[in-house]
Amino acid sequence: MTEAEARFADYAAPERLVSTDWVAAHLDDPDVVIVESDEDVLLYEVGHIPGAVKIDWHTDLNDPVVRDYVAPEAFAKLLGEKGIGRDTTVVLYGDKSNWWATYALWVFALYGHDATKIMDGGRDKWIAEGRELTREPAGRAAVDYPVVPRDDSTLRAFRDDVLAHLGKPLLDVRSPEEFSGERTTAPAYPEEGALRAGHIPSASNVPWAKAVNDDGTFRSRAELEALYLDGAGLRDADDVIAYCRIGERSSHSWFVLTHLLGLPKVRNYDGSWMEWGSLVGVPIVTGSESGGVPAR
Amino acid sequence: MSLTTGLQETVDAFQAMAEQDRLELLLEFADELPELPARYAEHPDLLERVAECQSPVFLFVEVDDAVHVHATAPAESPTTRGFASILAQGLEGATVEQALAVPDDMPRLLGLDRVVSPLRLRGMAGMLGRIQRQVRERSA
Repeated sequence: MTEAEARFADYAAPERLVSTDWVAAHLDDPDVVIVESDEDVLLYEVGHIPGAVKIDWHTDLNDPVVRDYVAPEAFAKLLGEKGIGRDTTVVLYGDKSNWWATYALWVFALYGHDATKIMDGGRDKWIAEGRELTREPAGRAAVDYPVVPRDDSTLRAFRDDVLAHLGKPLLDVRSPEEFSGERTTAPAYPEEGALRAGHIPSASNVPWAKAVNDDGTFRSRAELEALYLDGAGLRDADDVIAYCRIGERSSHSWFVLTHLLGLPKVRNYDGSWMEWGSLVGVPIVTGSESGGVPAR
Repeated sequence: MSLTTGLQETVDAFQAMAEQDRLELLLEFADELPELPARYAEHPDLLERVAECQSPVFLFVEVDDAVHVHATAPAESPTTRGFASILAQGLEGATVEQALAVPDDMPRLLGLDRVVSPLRLRGMAGMLGRIQRQVRERSA
């Protein structure tokens, strides 16, 4: 067992992570497709892992018209064109500590594509280790991917689910400044969108990036337990909803809670603050305290 | 409202390409973003941060007989570098009047809405607005 594999073994679902070494050894594995998913739409073109295909969170996974994820037909077309079959193992990696890779993984999960893994440390670790990058687009042959329904009820929460959930564990993974209501977007990101600043009543605040080390790899099981189970009080939580601004940072936390800590039921509220902070008539709380559940 | 000759050529080049190929052209611009002149590289305090962009991009405008735009953005943000490069190259040598005549929705003319997304184009509009404000300040 390698050092990385020994570390992964501590997590609830060790099979969800692979090391950069593992990826380097599986570049020619016909049963594995490597997928890069980044914040910047051109980063893949600048250089990617040889053979990796690109899936963009914005132009590929989000519907261009409805505020929703792509419909089953579009999802099937996308994956088929990328050479991903329904049984293909997909290894995702990307920039910013796999922020966008976990977002793509969560959308795959909505479609029941569960043979997915994250390359621990992401793009930055691969580069830091001096491994090969190429600008050559991956030439995978297209395959047939079946049109399957998306399950929006198990891993995804909508605004009415959140309203009904108030009083149960709710995790806000945005920055402290967004949580308290000083701003509506992450520091260093443009102000945009929501009409009110603050958080959903009773939410606790664990900024998503606390789950990773400086090199982009996930923190140890013990550190994650201290952060979420003890710190945020999720130890016996059997039903958690996580949110951020548009549901991308919270899919990173969703991955940690679900696959690394093994919590039984975690949903991602992708409407998140962009919706809640502009919804007419819903309660919010400002300041750094969670705030109680309002009487209804 | 009108484009400089350089920006018009860039817009024409993007429009002449198939939608999917426009990303490659944007990548070429990203690769071409000139290094900062040494006098700015050593004085980052002179550069203005473009808050509308998600990645750190800084720019500085000089006006002598003509307008000169200098910009810097990290290698991990090629889209931002591409936008900065288009503006720096397209405004280089323009008169103050020509630089201020560029319409603020110029980024939309590149035809990148579907391949880059409108959200990401907002950062470029922010860059253009800040460049034009600096042109006004330095030519007043």
